[in-house]
Parts: sequence; structure tokens; C-alpha cells
Amino acid sequence: MNWDAGLPLLIVATSLFSGLAIFFLSEEHVAARTILNLGGAVLKLVLVGVMIWGVFHGHHYEARLPLLPGLDLLLRADAESMLFVVLSSGLWLLTTIYAIGYLEGSPHRSRFFGFFSLCVTATVGVALAGNLITFVFFYELLTLATYPLIVHRETEVARRAGRTYLIYTITGGALLLAGTVWLYSMSGTLEFSHRGIVAGLLDTHRVSLIVVFVMLVAGLGVKAALVPLHGWLPQAMVAPAPVSALLHAVAVVKAGAFGIVRVVDDVYGVEATTKLGVSGPLAALAGVTIIYGSLRALFQDDLKRRLAFSTVSQVSYIVLGIAIIGPIATTGGLVHLVHQGVMKITLFFCAGNLAETLGIHKVSEMNGVGRRMPWTMAAFTIGALGMIGVPPLAGFVTKWYLGVGALDAGQEWVIYILAGSSLLNAGYFLPVLYAAWFKPAPDSWPDERSFGRFETSLALLAPPVVTALLTLAVGLLASAPFSPLQWARFITKLEYIP
Amino acid sequence: MHQIPWEVMLILLPLSGAMACFLWPRRTLLFGLSSALGVGACVAGLGWRLLEQGAQRYAVGGWGAPLGIDLYADGLSLLMLMMTALVGLGVSVYSIGYFERRQAALFWPLWLLLWSALNALFLSADIFNLYVTLELLGLAAVALVALAGGANALTAAMRYLLVNMLASLCYLLGVALLYHSFGSVDIAILAQRVEASPAVWAAMGLMSAGLLLKSALFPLHFWLPPAHASAPAPVSALLSALVVKASFYILLRLWLEIFPPAGAGPGQLFGVLGAAAVLWGGIQALRQTRLKLLIAYSTVAQLGYLFLAFPLASSFAWKGSLYLLLSHALAKAAMFMAAGNILRFCGHDRIADLDRVAQRLPVTMTAFAVAGISIVGLPPSGGFIGKWMLLEAAFRAGQWWWAITLILGGMLAAAYIFKVIGYAFTRAGVLRQTTRVPATMEWAALALALAALLLGLVAPWPLSLMEIGLPFGGAEAGVLEWTEQP
Amino acid sequence: MSSIFLYALAGVGLFSLGLYALIVHAHLLRKILAINVMGSGVFLILVALGGRTAGVVPDVVPHAMVITGIVVAVSATALALALVLRVQAATGRAELPEEPLE
Repeated sequence: MNWDAGLPLLIVATSLFSGLAIFFLSEEHVAARTILNLGGAVLKLVLVGVMIWGVFHGHHYEARLPLLPGLDLLLRADAESMLFVVLSSGLWLLTTIYAIGYLEGSPHRSRFFGFFSLCVTATVGVALAGNLITFVFFYELLTLATYPLIVHRETEVARRAGRTYLIYTITGGALLLAGTVWLYSMSGTLEFSHRGIVAGLLDTHRVSLIVVFVMLVAGLGVKAALVPLHGWLPQAMVAPAPVSALLHAVAVVKAGAFGIVRVVDDVYGVEATTKLGVSGPLAALAGVTIIYGSLRALFQDDLKRRLAFSTVSQVSYIVLGIAIIGPIATTGGLVHLVHQGVMKITLFFCAGNLAETLGIHKVSEMNGVGRRMPWTMAAFTIGALGMIGVPPLAGFVTKWYLGVGALDAGQEWVIYILAGSSLLNAGYFLPVLYAAWFKPAPDSWPDERSFGRFETSLALLAPPVVTALLTLAVGLLASAPFSPLQWARFITKLEYIP
Repeated sequence: MHQIPWEVMLILLPLSGAMACFLWPRRTLLFGLSSALGVGACVAGLGWRLLEQGAQRYAVGGWGAPLGIDLYADGLSLLMLMMTALVGLGVSVYSIGYFERRQAALFWPLWLLLWSALNALFLSADIFNLYVTLELLGLAAVALVALAGGANALTAAMRYLLVNMLASLCYLLGVALLYHSFGSVDIAILAQRVEASPAVWAAMGLMSAGLLLKSALFPLHFWLPPAHASAPAPVSALLSALVVKASFYILLRLWLEIFPPAGAGPGQLFGVLGAAAVLWGGIQALRQTRLKLLIAYSTVAQLGYLFLAFPLASSFAWKGSLYLLLSHALAKAAMFMAAGNILRFCGHDRIADLDRVAQRLPVTMTAFAVAGISIVGLPPSGGFIGKWMLLEAAFRAGQWWWAITLILGGMLAAAYIFKVIGYAFTRAGVLRQTTRVPATMEWAALALALAALLLGLVAPWPLSLMEIGLPFGGAEAGVLEWTEQP
Repeated sequence: MSSIFLYALAGVGLFSLGLYALIVHAHLLRKILAINVMGSGVFLILVALGGRTAGVVPDVVPHAMVITGIVVAVSATALALALVLRVQAATGRAELPEEPLE
């Protein structure tokens, strides 16, 4: 096996094997587990770096394993997959550091980190999938690997949350599978390509193609939390904070959104999507989701639930950007894949810090917390302002591109959605910031723990600070080479310019 | 090397092993395990020869058909034999820890007899020989169910025996009619001579009815859940994984080889019953509060899938169905073994009181979960491959309603599998005394479950074995004509 | 209407009679007897159909089959009888319960 085929496999394998090895460690082997965790994460990141360098220099990384007659398990590095791979492997490293700090001393850590690694394995597989069956393969694996993390707390509430999660995701997975097989029976291929694979079927199989599109998008929409398929996401908040970060920013929700990107851009292709008339309804659904999620977020007192509904809203920016069909809006959607991840993971890290350090779970308990935990709240503030779309943070870049793209495509209604959503974002984030910085602190916190020198343990503090800086950086340096924005523009060029 | 009659050894070796175990009950483990390994080696030898020389026909004692007894091995038989050997080895290892000495002395002779009957059945080339092996198989299976003792197991065994005898007589009557019409019981000869007539239809109807009863196709499944749930765990594994598959195998041979073109009408009927089994079995499994009953109803549902190939009747569908059969055998055996471990560990199998077995019995629970993945049909597992093939065949044939059944069945399976896993992760109110489970029992279950998983990654290999002797027709069996949908 | 046909018809009659008895009778001994009657019916049919053309020496293959069948039936019956005894000892009745026991 040569290097060009080996590298994608290696990138998947780093977390797979470290995960499997972790299962066999007993609870006490903290050092060995930490080495495996961080070693796997760092190695993966290095390999991804090598891959970017290689892609830039014209290497084609592609690994094929025969799965069925005529169908391969295909891992391939193309522009889109690189965007997602970098995001997930980068954030995974930070989340792992955070989780090690967060779970210190708690039971069943080997089990937790084992599944944690499997999750990332599946996500990287989703990112590198070069055809729809490989995508489905890893997408379902992701469902399986996240379930034990959601029920990790061993409580009845956790079991119910896990059940809800499965009802949604298994149903979605079943729809996705059925749609995929149906599509394959018509097209005879499932390989992603920039022009799509259905062009020849538009005249003969129009209705079937529309039905399949709906099935695929519905199946993916469950994980992307499109309204009305979002019900599992707020419930899954019972899981430990690193899992929430994983669900919302790194893996699950992103896999759904990324899948929709793939279906529109690389399975159907933008041209066929427009011709079939399915892009408009998809954009409308995304718009509804954006507003609905924000509205619900306004009325949540539980901080994590507020963030969860915020995710529902923000992830649909990605879908909206793709569904508007136009180069600029697509760029906005794609870049938000990264931007939302970086911002939302910051917020979840901070929420976890508040809960771990001071026992704060509710927005109403956050008065004056800014002075007690300045670093955490500074990071939170950057994340929140970014979500609102304050220049020059990450969210602003997204919204700018979405807005300009919508005007470019002649869809003015999107501007109203963006404006309304930004107002609502401000509505649910600014009061939190105000309370944290300007209201007087209470005499005692709900459940305070002391961590010595810093406001909280270093493993908990460093990741959100880093991601907050990233939020700043991807906005400020948006025009620098290799920034997410430039990469997204590069992808868009491939999709739209023949 | 190729003079060695592997076929005969496959039958005689477990048979003599059974005798030896019966005569020297103190040495059962030695004789049993060496027979198990020997059978594994014989299957490998036979497989090697089939790969080199194609399908094989062997005349026992030099007396060929029509008067003598022929043994016939093609890709289909080979895969069934391999499945039996794999599950058999797993169950053999598992049973070392499961049975205490006195019960082991009863288990081993019966199990080896069962194995011998299974091997003979998969190698038989004529429909009367199939009857004899089917009976041998049934008697050994009934005795194994009764091994657990207790009112539940005994009544289940009794019901199982009556069903078996009734089914065998129906089958035999069919054999009599076919022999009368065409003067032969050899499958190959019958395939040449057979032509549609009322007598043939009656014969096929009687034989199919008997075999459906034995394969527990809905609504003839009533005997299966009590028998499979009340037997000792290794026996449940054998029954669900192998014994019900034997009668399905005969059904497959009958309709594929003797009477293929006329299968359209009955094929649709089988498909409808199969779909009903998938849904009904799934719903019943979901309603169960006992783990072993849940798994038994899951078998009812999974058997239904196999019959979905009949209405599609393309070689791709047959292969998908066979693939499901193989992965179900491995996964279900692993699942029953895992249930046996849980039963021993907790002292009960009430699903709601599983109380964190995921943490306390991790190897067993991993086995259950991995087997569950295959049962549900999620990637990467043999179940996924089989399901994909059936789905594809359904869409290509334009019969998308079977696809709905497959999808709904998978969702029901996910529901009942994850119901168990969910409780296995949850703390129960009361703490109970637990019993240690031997490591061999845990790892045997996991090994079979992993084998089911592995089937999802090496699909091209078993699929190429299915081409030996072309049991499913046409050389380009993998490539179907595109059927345009209206 | 040949005598062969008559024998075969009698065999079918026995088969149906046995099937009926198997379904309606609850007592296990009766069920076992019913199955044996069914078996005799099948054997009768096999033997009768063996003599296909009058006057010629009858085909012996069905006879061999019947002998094999009888051996199988005897062993099955023996197992069934042994089981009946065990069931009776365990439940106190020689009948199959409608509902599963606990």
C-alpha cells in the first residue's frame, strides 16, 4: 500500500486504535490513558497537517476497500473533506484536553474515552468519505459511538435522553440508508463529484429523485437538528459537558450539516438541485429553523439548553448558505461549518467550567460571575459576540457572506432572516453578558470548588481561551491564505466554475 | 490430498465423537473438543477442494444415484457448513464453562449428534436423505431443549417435538408424491424431469408447509419462543443460529433447483409472510420483559427477512438473504451466549433490572452490543451487507414495498436491542448478589459477535464462495439487468 | 380405479384423521398416537405408489424408504413417550399448558 492510499487510512486509524486500546485500560491507569488520548489526537493533527500540505502540492489521497460488488469503502481527501477534517481533528485535541480535566476523578473514564475516540474516528470517516455509502457507513457508526457517551451518567434521565437520541437518529439513519440504496439503484454510482451523479436521470426519474432528496435531507436533518427534527438535541444536554461540545461543535450536528452539503453539492450537484426545485424549500426550512431556534433560546433559563437551541439555529446557517445556491452564499455556509464549531465549542467549554467550578447551571445564577472567573467569561463573551455577528469576529464573516450571497442570488428574504436572527441572538446572549459582568455577585456560589492558582483547573481553562482566540483569528485573518474563508472560496470555485 | 473424502468425514467425525462421548462420559471434553476441531479442519479441507475444483458430487460407498446415496457440495453447502463449524466451535468453547460435569456428559453426545445431522443435511443431494437428516436433527434438538429440566423447558420440548414430527410427515408425504411422479428423489434428476402438474403442486405445497413450520415462519412461529428461550444458553444459540436455518436451506434448494420458474405465486406469499414475521416478531420482541424471550422473538423477526428474497427471486436477492442468514447465525449465537452470561451473573434476565452490566460485565455486553449491530443491520456488520443487498434488489425489481419492511424491521430491531443496552447502562434500585462468569464464556460470545461484524468488511470473499457451482443461477449473477421503474 | 389408488386414498384418509386428532385432543398420549396414525398413512401411500404399473414387480425404493421411515417414527415416538413422562412428573398433567409457566 503506498503513502497516498495509506494516509487517509492512518488518519482514521489513529483515533480508532487509541480508542480500542483505551477500552482495555483499567481505571487507575491515568497516565497511560492520557498518553494514548493526547498522543492519538496530536498524531492525527500532524497527519492532517501533512495531508493539507500534500493536497496543496497536488497529491491525491485515496484509499479503497471493496465493500460490496461494485461498491467501495472510499476515503478521499478533497477540498470539502479537508475543511471538516481540520475542524474535527483540531477541536478534538482541545476537547480531549478539556475532557481529561473535566472528568478527573470521576468513574468509568476508560469507557468514556474509548467511545470518545470512536466518535472522532467516525467523524473523520464522515469527513473523508468519498462516496455516499462510505458516508452512511461512518454516519451510522457515529450514532453508535455517541450513544454510550449520552447515557454515561447511568441515571434514568440519561437513559431516557439516550432513548430519544436513538429514536431520532436511527429513524434518520434508516431514511438515509433507504434513500441511498434507492439512488444507487437508479444511478449505478454513489461517488461524490462536483457536478453530481444524477444529471442523466433528471428527465426520466424526476419524481423519484425528489423523493430521494427529501429522504436524504430528512435523514441528515435529524443530526443537523433541522426543525422539526431537532427534539433530541436539548434533551441530550444531560451528558457531561465535553460530550455536549462534541455533539454540537465537533461531530454529530456537524456530520448532519456536512452531509447536506455533500448531498446538495456533490451528489445532486447545484444544477440538478435547482432544476428539481428542491433548493427553495430547503432554504425556507433552514430559515424557519434559524428563527425558531433563536426564539426558543430566548426563554431558556438553563444555560446549556439555551446554548442547545442556539445550536439548532446556528447550524441552519450552513444549510441556508448551501440552499441559496450561489457562489457567495455557499462560501458563507461552508465557512460557517468551521466558524460555528469554534464559537459554539467555546461557549460549551465555558458553560462546563461554570458548572464544574461554581455549580452554576442557570442563566439566573450568573450574576457577577465575570469577576470571579474573568478568563472563562472573557472567552464566553468573545464566543457570544461572535454568534451575534459582531465584527470582526467569526460570525460576522459568515453573516456577511450569507447576506451578500442572498442578494447576489436575488433572495432578499434571507436578509430579513439574518437581521431577525441577529437581533434574537443579541436578545439571548447580551443579558447573559450583562449579568455576568455588571450585576453584583451573590454572597456564595451554588457549589464552589477551589483549584489553586487559576480560577479553575488549567485543563479546563486553556481550551476555551484557545478557541476564543481562534474565533477572533478566523475573523481578523479571514483573507489570509489557508484561513477557513479562503478554503471555502476555493471549494466554491470547484462547485460553480466549470 | 484431493482423494480424502472430506464430505464423509464431516458426517462421521462428529457422529463417532458423539458415540465416544456417550460411552466415556468422563472424557467428554477431550472427545468433544477434538471432534469440534476436527470438523473445523474438514470444512477447511472441503472448502479448499471446492475452490480448486468447483462443486463436488460424492457417491457414498461407490453407489451413485439413483439407487445409492449421493453427497453434493457447492458454494451454498460450503457456506452453511462453515457457518455451522464457526458457531459450533464457539458453542463448544462456551459450553466448557457453562455445564457442570453431569450435564456436560448429556450435552456433548447430543450436540455432536446434532452437528453430524446438520453436516449431513447440508451435504445431502436427495430429498429423502434430507428427510432423514431433518429427523435426526429434530430429535437431537428436542433432547437438547429438554436438557434444562424444569416444567417450562419440558413442555417447550414436548411442543417442539410434536411440531417437528408433524412437519416431517408433511414433508415425507411430499417426497412420496414427487417420487411417484418422477421416479427419483435426487435433486438434480428431479430438476431435469419436473414439470408443473397438480401432483407436483401438492407435493411442493406439503413439503413447503412442513419446512415453513420448522423454520418458524409467521404465523407458524408459535413454538419457537418458548423452546428457544427455555433451553440452556448454548442450546438456544444452536437452535436459533443453526437448526432453524437447516429447514430454510432445504426450502431454498427445493424452490431454487427443483421448481424455480413456478415460484412467482408462492414467492409473493412467502414474502408477505416474511414481512409479517419481521414486523410481528419485532413488535413482540419489543414487548418482552425477559431478555431470552426478547432474543427468541428477534429470531422470529430475523427469519422473516430471509423469505423476502422469494418474491424478488433475483440472484442478488438470494445472496443477500444468504448473507443475512450467515450473519444472523453468528450474531444470534453470540447474543444468546451473552444472555446466558447475564443470566448467570445476575441470577435473572429481567431487562429492567440489568443494573449496569455494561460496566460490570463489559466483555459480555460488548458481545451483545456488537451482535446487536449486526441484527439491526447497521454498518459495519454482515447484517448491513445482507440488508443492503436485499434493499438494492427490492429497488431494482421495482418492488419498493419490501424495502419499507426491511427499514421498519431494522428500526424495530434497534428499538429492542437498545432497550436492553439502555438498561445495561443504568443503575437499578436494588443491589443483588452476583455470580462470577468464566472468561471462556465471555470471550466465546465476543468472538462470534466479532465474526458477525467482520462479515461486514470482507463481503467480496463469501460472495465469491457463493459462486461455486452457481447455486443461485447465471454466471453473471452479480450483475443484474437494470429494471427501469415506471 | 385400481387397488393401488384405493390404498393411496386410504393412506390420505389416515393422514387426515391423524391430523384432526392431533389438533383436537389435548392429552399428549393421544397426540402421539395421532401422529403415529398420520405416519402410517404416509407409509401406506408410499408403499401403494410403489407398485406403479400392475403386474410388474413393484419398485422397491419406496419400501426401503418406508423401513427407514418406520425406524425414524419409532425413535421419535420413544423420545416423545419419555418426554411425556417427564412432563407429567414436572407439571402433574400430561397436557401442554396454554400459557407459558413461570
